[in-house]
Amino acid sequence: MTKEKKTLNLNFGPQHPAAHGVLRLILQLDGEVVEKADPHIGLLHRGTEKLIENKTYIQAVPYFDRLDYVAPMNQEHAFALAIEKILEIEVPERAKYIRVIFCEIGRILSHILNVTTQAMDVGALTPTLWGFEEREKLMGFYERVSGSRLHANYFRAGGVHKDLPAGLDSDIDEFCNKFPKIIDDLETLLTDNRIFKQRNVDIGIVSKQDALDYSFSGVMLRGSGVAWDLRRSQPYDCYDALEFKIPVGKNGDCYDRYLCRIEEMRESVKIIKQCLQNLPKGPIKTEDGKISPPPKKEIKQSMEALIHHFKLFTEGYRVEKDEIYTAVEAPKGEFGVYLISDGTSKPYKCKIRAPGFTHLQAMDYLIKGHMLADVPAVLGSMDIVFGEVDR
Amino acid sequence: MKNLQDLEKYINSELSSKINNSFIKHDCVYLNIDHDELIDVTSFLKTNNETKFRQLIEITAVDYPENENRFKIVYLLLSHEYNQRIIIDYSIKEKDSITSLTSIFPSANWMEREVFDMYGINFKNHPDLRRILTDYGFEGHPLRKDFPLTGHNEVRYSEEQKKVIYEPVKLEQNYRNFDYESPWEGTKYIKEIKKS
Repeated sequence: MTKEKKTLNLNFGPQHPAAHGVLRLILQLDGEVVEKADPHIGLLHRGTEKLIENKTYIQAVPYFDRLDYVAPMNQEHAFALAIEKILEIEVPERAKYIRVIFCEIGRILSHILNVTTQAMDVGALTPTLWGFEEREKLMGFYERVSGSRLHANYFRAGGVHKDLPAGLDSDIDEFCNKFPKIIDDLETLLTDNRIFKQRNVDIGIVSKQDALDYSFSGVMLRGSGVAWDLRRSQPYDCYDALEFKIPVGKNGDCYDRYLCRIEEMRESVKIIKQCLQNLPKGPIKTEDGKISPPPKKEIKQSMEALIHHFKLFTEGYRVEKDEIYTAVEAPKGEFGVYLISDGTSKPYKCKIRAPGFTHLQAMDYLIKGHMLADVPAVLGSMDIVFGEVDR
Repeated sequence: MKNLQDLEKYINSELSSKINNSFIKHDCVYLNIDHDELIDVTSFLKTNNETKFRQLIEITAVDYPENENRFKIVYLLLSHEYNQRIIIDYSIKEKDSITSLTSIFPSANWMEREVFDMYGINFKNHPDLRRILTDYGFEGHPLRKDFPLTGHNEVRYSEEQKKVIYEPVKLEQNYRNFDYESPWEGTKYIKEIKKS
């Protein structure tokens, strides 16, 4: 007797708690086995690149917070570096260290969110509750330095907006002392947990070659055993002066990626501690009045400062004609900005290279042949945030 | 290749007839080629042992409406082994369709779909050329310079019809684009000071 094969089309999302945002995934199922996955994205498309073309360089910075909204400052960093390279601005040492501190805080923010929600997708609620308590503290640091928990708008071409408020460095240091214990606690819940391992080990395996072919970066690439981290291979700001390790996975499955993220959080804590110990004194942004606004009190007395202030916030600074690609190691992978300037104060073209976009593209390849219940596990381990995928 | 200068020389000697122009800037080699050479150049760069550009980072386009060759198509490649980046570009006319890179880099799939969606550029031999970021049934190509920032349609939920409806954009005040013509010289002097 032959049995007629019937495939079932299933709409996963666009509103699904495990889709990590607004993903519409059309799954073709044979029983419980996924035969094909077709992600429909763009439900959060806001036209960021078009908007940036119509804004001055200063006004464009906040758009970068709204891409990967769990690690805002890492993305501002790529944009700031692009402008600095074109204009050949010298960034003061202190600013470099402050930027690295907040990039690493962003990395921890993103990894806590990902590790704990991935755990929630496969059935563990407690890690989320524990992890989000720590995220709240980190967002408190964001707020103290920039005035806002999420949309920081803190990095500038030539440095950062404001210096650290009094006492913040010691508070971050205290957090760094306590946080490794929290990671240990999270690990006791997950790393050897039988259910967590059953759901993640050998699921969504990516081979080395496929990771390269599918343009993977960040943890998705390192989880498959490719030792590649832009902080080490193409260091920017003060990363070349810091000591840190780059965890690399072995099997390229969801579990290895989880382990990489856990280890990266520990390394981030070390980086922050080193930065705090070596934090130099001095200015926090370039003192060039043509690029960074003058201090408030000078505006009241100096005509030149007043003019600079006025020009910067109406016209903005001009960036000479150039074409550049800069990339940073964002928590999710290589975040790049391909910038074409044309000599005016607005970018002619600003292409944002989001790591999540290429990762999500491989969804069909990753999930083919897996069970329906593995979809959230694979999706969780890819670390997708729709702000950056849809732009 | 050990450094970018060697790499540029090597590419020029191996692919001499295919490269129109090349230079090094911002730790990156820039290559200008003809559209027809794209497959040859990229597959050479990917497979050659001296270059090993095995990862496609991004594909994008730039719109210059005043040029005869309206679009510039840009490919960013990365070599992990040699830690080098390369930017390949070529220009095409508005109606030209270009060759898809999906046979060499599978990840080109979505990147080309995005270029198609945003600029309306057609790709030959693409397995699945659909819009990707814009709405179902969307018209126009948003990143073209002649597409208005505010778009053409807006959506709202209609209480009478009990569904989401599309209407032409109505704004109390249009988007204002100020032109600050000023004699301010910008920041060129930084490089002048450095030179002197």
